[in-house]
Amino acid sequence: MMSLFHVSTQIAELGGCIGLVLVLASMVGLALKSRLKSVEGEELASNFNSRVKAWWAMVLIFFLAVAFGRYGAVILFALVSFLALREYVTLTPTSPADHRALFWSFFVITPLQYILVALGNYGMEIIFIPVYAYLFVPIRNVLAGDCNDFLARSAKIQWGLMICVYFVSYAPALFQFHKPFHNDVGAGLLCFLICVAEISDVLQYVFGKSFGRRKIAPVVSPNKTVEGFACGVAGAVVVGMALYWITPFKPWQAALMALAIALMGFFGGLVMSAIKRDRGVKDFGASIPGHGGILDRIDSLCFAAPIFFHLTRFFFFNPHQPG
Amino acid sequence: MIASILAGVVRLFTGVQARWAECRPETTQRVYFANHTSHMDFLVLWSALPTDVRLMTRPVAAADYWRKGRMRRYLASRVFNAVLIERENITRANNPVVQLVEVLKGGDSIIIFPEGGRTTEPEIRPFKSGLYHIAKAVPTVELIPVFLDNASRVLPKGEFLPIPFLCSATFGHPMRLDAGESRDSFLARAHMSIKAMAG
Repeated sequence: MMSLFHVSTQIAELGGCIGLVLVLASMVGLALKSRLKSVEGEELASNFNSRVKAWWAMVLIFFLAVAFGRYGAVILFALVSFLALREYVTLTPTSPADHRALFWSFFVITPLQYILVALGNYGMEIIFIPVYAYLFVPIRNVLAGDCNDFLARSAKIQWGLMICVYFVSYAPALFQFHKPFHNDVGAGLLCFLICVAEISDVLQYVFGKSFGRRKIAPVVSPNKTVEGFACGVAGAVVVGMALYWITPFKPWQAALMALAIALMGFFGGLVMSAIKRDRGVKDFGASIPGHGGILDRIDSLCFAAPIFFHLTRFFFFNPHQPG
Repeated sequence: MIASILAGVVRLFTGVQARWAECRPETTQRVYFANHTSHMDFLVLWSALPTDVRLMTRPVAAADYWRKGRMRRYLASRVFNAVLIERENITRANNPVVQLVEVLKGGDSIIIFPEGGRTTEPEIRPFKSGLYHIAKAVPTVELIPVFLDNASRVLPKGEFLPIPFLCSATFGHPMRLDAGESRDSFLARAHMSIKAMAG
């Protein structure tokens, strides 16, 4: 029981900083509530406050999980994957013939993927879903004996596993990176990824709302603007550079990593918007007040996490280039 | 106690959303009638009710299914407090309508599926006349149409392992049998009220 909680001073300091930001946001929320008396004003204030409240909950859950180290993060993201996959299949038309393949996806493939991540078996975790599960899904479907829409039905399940499980599992996989004489390299990288991806989302939304004019993708996502995109990404790069001290990166390297995360996050959000638009819905669910569903919150993370993981591995922890 | 835990588990698993679109969750005496596509249906509806409403609401289920085996008997009598009705060999002595009217006169609410069985097609089948006879025998009770969405995907007919799709139960406008309304037009109106919510 020497150290159940593995929190380095850096992670604790980061938690303190985010706590301060949220305290400030809560105070702004209270001020908005007392100042704005018009109908739209009250709506804006209550929307803002429910978002801030949800952020408090998400930040507390995240830091609690990170405090339990690698296994805490694995369990947290396994649950996130499960809930995201549930939202995804609920919105995706499936046929009764897909039932068994879906059962395997939820209760065998998802847990196995996270067990592999927990074991730190890089060779297996990296190919388990893209190779084994990818082939298993059409095999299970063909045994169900229904040829209608066969390709589309199998592809929908394969996509669900990739987006909701495989890509998300790269986040806790960051705990596999170690450096001699450094604790908590993994926790630092995970916090860096999540902070940059989420702050980039928030800043793109805030800047877009306040002075966004030119629509960047009018068909797919009418709310996204060129101004919001540019300022949000720039803001995320600044924040990422400022957070270099929780990572093994130098400031300029942290800035480039943050740029990669913000760009992938933007495209992730865009792709998920296209899926939602195709299904005729605005959000994937209603589980987080003010944010929509889990999948609406992690859409940028799905695309950013694998790229961030592999860039970090290639440039900083490449076993073939010692150094 | 076990009932609350089970309802909680079902709510977690199916993330069931109760949409009280046109009535409030109240402890007034009611007959909830819903579309029927899966064994999950009554579980989803029953779990979506707030505790105080759920405690006074008894699902109506087929005796031939729920009397088989100790586990089912235990669940039906102790956990769900179900009203078990006969589906075959109906005589004057075990007429389900008489049985249900007695339960309603005792003050409880009930959950029924007037299609008479689970369907595999997306269309809602025509209703059996039980709903009409109940409405006629107990005119004071509120009839609440409920549309259950996605429960059939959780557990399609013929499957035994559930998948966690997100479900919803939409509660419609309370209805009653109008004075002089014929059986067929009443049943058609009840059918339409659920079909309208299915969109």
